[in-house]
Amino acid sequence: MSELAIDLEFILGRYNYWLFSILMMTGLYITVSRGNLIKKIVGLNIFQTSVFMLYISLGKVTGGTAPILTGDPDTVYSNPLPHVLILTAIVVGIATTAVGLALVVRIKETYGTIEEDEILELEHDMDFGNGAPQGGSRA
Amino acid sequence: MMALIEPHLPALQVVIPLVAAPFCMMLGRGGLAWIFASVVSLATFVISIALFAQTYDGTIISYHMGGWAPPIGIEYRVDILNAFVLLIVSGSAALVLPYARSSVAAEIPAERQALFYTAFLLCVAGLLGVTITGDAFNVFVFLEISSLATYALVASGAWANKRALTAAYNYLIMGTIGATFFVIGIGMLYSVTGTLNMADLAVRIADHGDSSTLRMGFVLILLGIGLKLAMFPLHLWLPNAYAYAPSAVTAFLAATATKVAVYVMLRFMFTVLGFDYEFQADTLRMVVLPLAIIAMFAASLVAIFQDDLKRMLAYSSVAQIGYILLGLSLLNETGITASIVHLFNHAVTKAALFMVAGCFIFSAGTSSISKLAGVGRDMPWTTAAFVAGGLSLIGLPLTVGFISKWYLVLATLELGWWPVALMIMASSLLAIIYVWRVVEVAYLQPAPAGVTRKEAPLSMLIPTWIFVGLSVWFGVNAMLTATAAGRAASALIGSSHILWKD
Repeated sequence: MSELAIDLEFILGRYNYWLFSILMMTGLYITVSRGNLIKKIVGLNIFQTSVFMLYISLGKVTGGTAPILTGDPDTVYSNPLPHVLILTAIVVGIATTAVGLALVVRIKETYGTIEEDEILELEHDMDFGNGAPQGGSRA
Repeated sequence: MMALIEPHLPALQVVIPLVAAPFCMMLGRGGLAWIFASVVSLATFVISIALFAQTYDGTIISYHMGGWAPPIGIEYRVDILNAFVLLIVSGSAALVLPYARSSVAAEIPAERQALFYTAFLLCVAGLLGVTITGDAFNVFVFLEISSLATYALVASGAWANKRALTAAYNYLIMGTIGATFFVIGIGMLYSVTGTLNMADLAVRIADHGDSSTLRMGFVLILLGIGLKLAMFPLHLWLPNAYAYAPSAVTAFLAATATKVAVYVMLRFMFTVLGFDYEFQADTLRMVVLPLAIIAMFAASLVAIFQDDLKRMLAYSSVAQIGYILLGLSLLNETGITASIVHLFNHAVTKAALFMVAGCFIFSAGTSSISKLAGVGRDMPWTTAAFVAGGLSLIGLPLTVGFISKWYLVLATLELGWWPVALMIMASSLLAIIYVWRVVEVAYLQPAPAGVTRKEAPLSMLIPTWIFVGLSVWFGVNAMLTATAAGRAASALIGSSHILWKD
């Protein structure tokens, strides 16, 4: 019977992983399901942020402090390496967002919309419309 | 002088293009920036040759960044596999840049060309960094440097066709999802081993044994890299990105970007995760192998029905990646040799073919196959290059395509899987159809009246023919590539413990 009982401590003790999974799935779902190009990027951001949480919570030691020498040999330190990695990953995330938003701006300028279904319709017209001119779209 | 530089070659390989990129931006309008980028890419090519020569006999160069010894410091680790891929990347860059001069001038406004070459150099730096580094997290960072530069490069096709913007956007979304999966996977590996150095990871994972965290890490890395290398059915970003990017970019990306992702896959599957672990071998053989075979057929079939030459070649790339993944997932030494040798062979062939497409766009103003009727008479050299490249794509003897397929078929026969060998040959027949369609239109149909098309300029023809020449040279005499690939494959197999259990 004991094997079937829900191990509440096991579940609650790993709440950081649960939060990570929920956030990750939320972000991924938004990215895939939304048609608005800005909302897609917001979803992507949430998705990336969940990874930051995963890494940072991995490095946390209960009762641990920031890795600054205190002179006390009994001090418990948290692992600083995941934090440093995530510092880099945050920069990568910001750069990706910036490039993505810059592309959205240009798409808005040339297509006049940032809704995916309307863009697909326009592109369908370009492919199969009555000889709609392609290219040279930039004024 | 030489003695001073030589120990630092691995660092210089990445640092030179990375540092050169911002300078390139300051060089004003096109011409100077192009000369600068060409000189830089030639320098990286020379370094790659030197590294390849040093590692050809199996030596492993370990370079400690900033003098910090691994596993704490970041290590650049060059063995024959990296050196081979470095050679592909920097060689492609050095050959694409001379070609880019005229092609880019026609497709991108003069005031933006310096920015274009800056992004190009960043992309080269990123790809070289992914290849050379021995640190798992470093791979992610360089992967994103090259990907971000690639998104910008693809989007710069927007002056010719605005659909480049949406293509780049979709690539960005898919690429970032892939990179994020990859970094979660690395997080999983880190959480069980506490290290990021690849060699150290391999040792500690072997000590650790099987666990569900490791399995999760393996799946996430496979998925993430699968997105980056356009593994069927995760290839949806590729056709549009290749079709609407500027011609020079397409030629470069087709030769390098997916190849580097395949390298990362090989490295993680065999060197890092390669322990005696059925789950991993089963996934490769039960999931990746069928997908690779589907890619060979599905993508080739789709390619047959494309009207745009660049799109057709892009779908053909998805099929060719199928061959590479097939070799990898056979999990025997000959199969991996086939994979590695096809990295080079496909890079050379596809670069030549996309350059031909670029020549058509430059001179005939279109890459639509139906509008290229009779082009064989107006542009004989360009069209001949297409025929030679096409033969290599099909895998006719005396071309590099044959060498790859030979090894691939040998590998399947070693396992006694002759139906797979037959499928490889059957899918080659599909390649004949889509290559023939272009040849038929170009040579056998009359040119429409009143259309004048001049042969492409020499600055574009010569790099194209160098790639064609390479695809024939290494098809006739495959000693160098096959030996390098064979040694790399046996090193990979040696570093892993995967044994297929029947």
